[in-house]
Amino acid sequence: MDLFFQLLINGIIVGTLYGVVAMCFVLIYKSTQVVNFAQGEFLLVGAWICWSILIAFEIPFVFGFLLTLAFMAALGIFIQMVVLRPMIGEPIISVIMVTIGLSIFMRAFSNWVFGQDTVGYPDVFGASSINIGGLQVQPAYIMSFVISIIIMAGFFYFFRYSRHGLAMRATAFNQQVAQSLGISVKHVFAMAWAISAMVSALAGVVVGMVNGVSSALSFIGIKVFPAVILGGLDSIVGAVVGGLIVGVLENMAEYVDGQFLYWGNMLTIAPFWVLIIILVIKPYGLFGTKDIERV
Amino acid sequence: MATQSLRPCGDFRTTYRQDTAIFDTFNSRWAMILFLALLYVMVLVPILAPGVEETPVLSTLFGPFYNAQYLSLAIQACYWGIAALGLNILVGFTGQISLGHAAFFGIGAFGSAYLNNTYGIPVILSIPLAGLIAAAVGLLFGSPAARIKGLYLAIATLAAQFIIEDLFIRVDWFTGGSYGSLANTVELPGYDFSAGEWVTLFAFDTDPKFFLFALTVTIVMYVMAANLMRSRDGRAFIAVRDHYLSAEVMGINLTKYRILSFGISSFYAGIGGALYGHYLGFVSAEGFTILLSIQFLGIIIIGGLGSVMGAILGTIFMVLLPEVMAGGVDIIASTDWGNTPMITNGLAFFKEMAIGAAIILFLIFEPDGLAHRWRLIKAYWKLYPFSY
Repeated sequence: MDLFFQLLINGIIVGTLYGVVAMCFVLIYKSTQVVNFAQGEFLLVGAWICWSILIAFEIPFVFGFLLTLAFMAALGIFIQMVVLRPMIGEPIISVIMVTIGLSIFMRAFSNWVFGQDTVGYPDVFGASSINIGGLQVQPAYIMSFVISIIIMAGFFYFFRYSRHGLAMRATAFNQQVAQSLGISVKHVFAMAWAISAMVSALAGVVVGMVNGVSSALSFIGIKVFPAVILGGLDSIVGAVVGGLIVGVLENMAEYVDGQFLYWGNMLTIAPFWVLIIILVIKPYGLFGTKDIERV
Repeated sequence: MATQSLRPCGDFRTTYRQDTAIFDTFNSRWAMILFLALLYVMVLVPILAPGVEETPVLSTLFGPFYNAQYLSLAIQACYWGIAALGLNILVGFTGQISLGHAAFFGIGAFGSAYLNNTYGIPVILSIPLAGLIAAAVGLLFGSPAARIKGLYLAIATLAAQFIIEDLFIRVDWFTGGSYGSLANTVELPGYDFSAGEWVTLFAFDTDPKFFLFALTVTIVMYVMAANLMRSRDGRAFIAVRDHYLSAEVMGINLTKYRILSFGISSFYAGIGGALYGHYLGFVSAEGFTILLSIQFLGIIIIGGLGSVMGAILGTIFMVLLPEVMAGGVDIIASTDWGNTPMITNGLAFFKEMAIGAAIILFLIFEPDGLAHRWRLIKAYWKLYPFSY
């Protein structure tokens, strides 16, 4: 049973991280109607940038991290302006393909510059694990969980109470109406990409601290799809819930597989089976609005 | 899409037959036939009379083309071209997105090897049968297309890609598991009546011979696709793409045509994959990743969505792109400042980056692809010097 609880805890922690990345994905989709297949590459690039700043300049973690955030915001805005803006009004396949092209390019580029091997982060928290209720939990995991919760609370506050958040919600609701109310849709688009890139980089840094940085990080961007489809593509709450469910589910599949079935590889594949089933029976997910494109 | 007509003044279409002709003009048809005939002759001559390509006349004319590396690239263009054409039928003509084309490509490769190895079916028959297997799996995984489209379909096919890729390792009676499976060479079987047994008439066992086979299959598949597109079903595909509601009003069964399109596209992928498997002689599960799916999508975007001609143009572009990158890296590495490990070891990454960059640049600057550019070039020369 120990293993069961260990995997359950893992699932919840990984699930909150999926939730954070899924939120970034939904943020871009909601406000700019772009499906971002390059979300995982934001994690990858963010983690590598932070790592190289820490290694090269040997500055305290907080400053290195802030520099990373600034860089990622600039990168997000740059990508939105140069690559996505010409795609406004193009058919959906073009938009999907341009983000896929972006993801290939960014992944190959970071593999070229930083290498493909897993590299550990400089130790920030000390390696000793904490004992919670008889289970050994690494402090980095606790920190990742806490940070994820803080990000989610921050998102909630931002969209609920801040002026910019209100502008973004208005844009997501109806771009023309938002524009006629004096909201600069261009700024909102840029801001959505900047926030999404920054928060993704944050998630990337957290995963990097726990597991080390490697090109495998970008696969989280693929794992996000089961989460967002499960939760509903245009629901931020759904993204969090979907992320949690997918995180727990894949670890439970791992447990069942390791104990009884011995099929192997279930951790990777189980979410995709769920994805197919959800798409067939309930394509708008748990929290999504129902008026999506349907036949 | 505004297409400039290349027809001479006064040459009007008066029958449906003229209107649905594959080639617009007499000249374009015969230019294509001549080009293909030349390809056949170029490859056939050295096979029938070995050593003749060394003669001064031929080696000065075609010398660079009698090159083992170019030949393998040409074969690659054949099997990729078939698979890309299938994807273009699905994406370009029917307007559905598939991110799992490489998986169906793989099913074709494994299927043909399996049928040949297990049941002894001659390779020349197992290739179309493998296409049918791939089509069956495509129909199965395409069935969500009956309910969802656009983005949701893209994600569903993405899931299919990962699931099938995982199954390639798991279902080892079919694929040989992580070891992969061997694929025999393509042979033309014949029956020897005096001995009363099956014999091999002709084996496509060398690269030039295999190229002849692959080229023939490619031509057959392209002619089939071009014909499909002027039949009722092909026009139904285009109607579904352009406006599904109008199509339904006109009596087109949406569900049927969406799933049918998946089946046809998987059939093409299966044939392409089977050729790939029998060309390499060995099929391993690692060859059919999401990157290959994206490459297929890149091919049809670069070539031009919804164009049969575009599929082959895009394939040639995508086949040559890594070679051009390799050549470029060689040139940079030969200079003083460029000869660093960063450059010389980075070739694999440059190739990937080039694929991503080509997709982005084409989408931004030439969304209609090479086929459109080709039409513009033809129109320019047709109308020269008064191109207005």
